[in-house]
Formats: sequence, C-alpha cells, structure tokens
Amino acid sequence: MMKKILSLKNAVISIAILILIWQLLFWVSSYDKALFPSPKMAFDALLEMTDSGVLFENIGTSMGRFAVGYFSSVIVAVTLGLILGRLPNVFKYINPAVQLLRPISPTAWMPFIVLLFGIGDIPAVVIIFIAAFFPVLLSTVAAVSNIDPIYLKVSKNFGIKQPALTWKVIFPAAFPQIANGIHLALGTAWIFLVAGEMVGAQSGLGYQIIDARNNIRADILLATILVIGVIGIILDGLLKLAEKAILKSWGGAN
Amino acid sequence: MYIEVKDACKNFVQEGKEFIALDHVSLDIEKGEFICLLGPSGCGKSTLLNALAGFERVNSGSVKIDGKEVTEPSINNITIFQNYGLLPWRNVLKNVELGLESKKVPKEEREQTAKKYLELVGLSGYEKRYPRQLSGGQQQRVAIARGLAVDPDIVFMDEPFGALDAITRMKLQEDILRISREEKKTIIFVTHDIEEAVFLADRIVVMMADPGRIKSIVKVPLGSHRDRTNDDFLYVRDKIFELFNMKVDDYIEYNI
Repeated sequence: MMKKILSLKNAVISIAILILIWQLLFWVSSYDKALFPSPKMAFDALLEMTDSGVLFENIGTSMGRFAVGYFSSVIVAVTLGLILGRLPNVFKYINPAVQLLRPISPTAWMPFIVLLFGIGDIPAVVIIFIAAFFPVLLSTVAAVSNIDPIYLKVSKNFGIKQPALTWKVIFPAAFPQIANGIHLALGTAWIFLVAGEMVGAQSGLGYQIIDARNNIRADILLATILVIGVIGIILDGLLKLAEKAILKSWGGAN
Repeated sequence: MYIEVKDACKNFVQEGKEFIALDHVSLDIEKGEFICLLGPSGCGKSTLLNALAGFERVNSGSVKIDGKEVTEPSINNITIFQNYGLLPWRNVLKNVELGLESKKVPKEEREQTAKKYLELVGLSGYEKRYPRQLSGGQQQRVAIARGLAVDPDIVFMDEPFGALDAITRMKLQEDILRISREEKKTIIFVTHDIEEAVFLADRIVVMMADPGRIKSIVKVPLGSHRDRTNDDFLYVRDKIFELFNMKVDDYIEYNI
C-alpha cells in the first residue's frame, strides 16, 4: 500500500513537472497562441471534445480497430509460433524471411495497403497487425524452443500426445516468455495505430490529429496527443493485470 | 526373462572424440526385482536406464521388456527424474492426475486415485499447493505419486534423490523401499551412492566407466527390513567398496 502511494506521488510530481515545462515554454515562446497553446487551452479543448462527444466517438473507433488488429495478430502469431517452435527444420527456412520483414517500419507498408484496400478501417487494422505480429511470433518461437526438455520427456512418458501436448504442456511452459512478447507488442501496436489512422483513415484519434492540424486547432491536437498517452498507459496496466491473473491461476511463476 | 538386455552398445561423439557409454552390456531382470545400477559418472548407468525407459535407443544389441523391443517411452513404465519434472503451473493434485488424463480416467476417479497415492507418499493435505511451495523432498514425493498413479509395471528412477539433503534422502529411501514392497513394482534405480544401493536393492549392478560396462552383479541378501548399522549391511557395503578398488576386470556374479 505504502509503495502504491509513493509511486502515485512520483507520478503526480513527474506529470506536474511536464506541465510546468510546457507552461514555461508557452510563456517564453514567441509563437502565436493558436499554434502553441498553453496547458490550460489544451485542457479546455479536451472539455470541448468531451462535451460534444467527438472524443469518445473517436476513442471508440480507434479502440475497435486496435482490438481487431492487435488480438487477431496475437492469435495468429502465437498459433504460428507454437507450431514453428516445434519445427526447427521448417523455421530455419522461414526465419530469414521474417528477419528481412521485421525491421521494416509498419508505416512503410501504408501507401501499399491504402492502394490495395482504400481509406477506412482496414489500413489501420493491418498496420497494427504487422506491428504486433513479429515480436509476438519471434518470442513465441523462442519460448517454445527454450522449454525445459524434462517437460517433454515427462509428457512422452505419460502418453500426452498432440493436441493435448500443446495446450497442457507447451503453451503453459512457454507462457511467461510469450506474455513478454505480447506485452512489448501492445506498446508498439498502439504507437502504430495513430500512424495508421493519420494516413489511412477518416476517423479515430490519429485522424483527429490530422483534422486538428487542418483546422489549425493546436489545442485540440495537443489534447488528443495526451489522450493517446493516457490510453496507452491504461492498456498497459490492463494487460499487466491479465498476465498476473493467468500466472496466478497457474501457480504464479515468481 | 522379464527384462532382457543383450549385447547393448551405445556410442556418443563428443567434441570429435568417440565416447563408449555402453560396451556390450547384457543384463536380465525378473519381475518384481529392485535393481540398482551403481557406478561412477560416465559408466553408462543413465544411458542404460534411458534405453530401458525408451528415451534413447542403443546402437546395437537389443533391449526387450516382456519380450518386446523397447522403441519409445510407454505409460506402463514410468521414469522418475532427479529434477522431479513436475509441471509448475499445475497444483499437486493436478500434477498427480496428469498421467490419468491420458489414460482417459473419468474426472472423479482421477481425483480419488491421485489422493490415494498422495496419501501413500505422505502428502495428504497438500493437494492445492503448487510445486514451488514444496521442498525438494516433497516435490520428489509428488513425482513418485504421479508415477505410481498410472499403475505402471516398472518404475525407472534416475538418481531420484541426488538433489536432496542426506536426512531427506534417507527418509525417502525408507519410503521407496516400503512402497516397492506394498505396490510390488519392478524398480530399476540408478545411483552413485553405494550405501543407497545396498539399502534398496535386491541386486546391485556394479558398472565401470570408459568404456561403460557391467563389472559384476551383487545379490543383496538382506531381506525386507534393512538397518544401516547392522553388521550384515556393513559387510555387503564393504564388499561393494572392494569391488570398486579391484584391478581385475573379470565379470563375476557374486553370491554373498
């Protein structure tokens, strides 16, 4: 409890310093107020957006795309990873291609995806899918190939065959490392959602930023950026809770 | 003969050097016997056990159980490992039920059987604990209960008490001796501890390293109640000590 209060105190101080710096920059800068608004103006813009309901509509749209892109990516990547982790002879032919595609920023695919699918939900979903896919796939493959061989020996001895072997032994044994990849991918995917919506969509938080720029509403723009940050923290916290719950029900590794 | 190893050879290549783990090893074991494979590291005792348990195959010769060549592990012959091999995400009860699930035993019966064997190893009341909440000795008890729960014909034990402290080890030795009498299983037990072998075995298979081979087989005529301080016990133990110091490489069957 004490620890929680302390970390809350740290968070409050940290954010207060951030706002203070912003305010100081506002005072000393010679930019027009419309181009570089104060924290107060951004906060007013936030209230304006919550009153009109635009904000929640865009959050809903973004979260919907995020959920579809992220979860489909995690499911496909974990499934593939569980299979490929058990087939090192196949994976050695797939790995070089994965290593070639992995360092490409998902945004580089954007124009191509827009050409294929047009503007709408799909480009943002595809970008998130790509962003989450490689970290989850690679961590799953690594996790499966690093499983303590004794679990496999015991499974063989007790006659545990596929598919039971995967869900009874391999997945739980690999889970802590897979969860690590899923967690890392969440942050990456959230970052690229905004990129995807800035280019390939007419709605959502990313589009809201572009729209604010087009209307020279820097206050709305900054307010949206803050909202994106806050949602990122909340998503991270929710995932940590889910991870903890799963690990706890499995006897809590650590 | 129930278990029959004939002329088994097994080589490994390690860092370009050939290593002979088993050099023409032959061994017969009867049903219900408690056999200890005893020897220093590198003598092939674990390799022989792995060949019997079906985890590894020999390069030449044959390994037969009940007249059938051993090609893969079977749920009829359970191996107990030194590092337990419990699944940390399952509680004690679920760990013991593991093999029963593959045997498609109905849920209620699984739980009953698991509880019965947990009682046998002295762990009633620990059903809901997780492996990491148990001591090493308790974890090995769970592994033994899990093995016995599927009612195997043979129990292979690969230095099962090697990671435990001396007191816990002695307690578990007594328990496994008692269980082997009660459950009437054939047990093949790998160890490098001479006293452990004398305490447990009906026959001790003494093995030597480089190349891995059987030096001699010693019958232990000590009956079912064994006392580590008893003169007969010490006599057998000294005989084995002598064997390890002897220069002669003859294959002798000892009858003490």
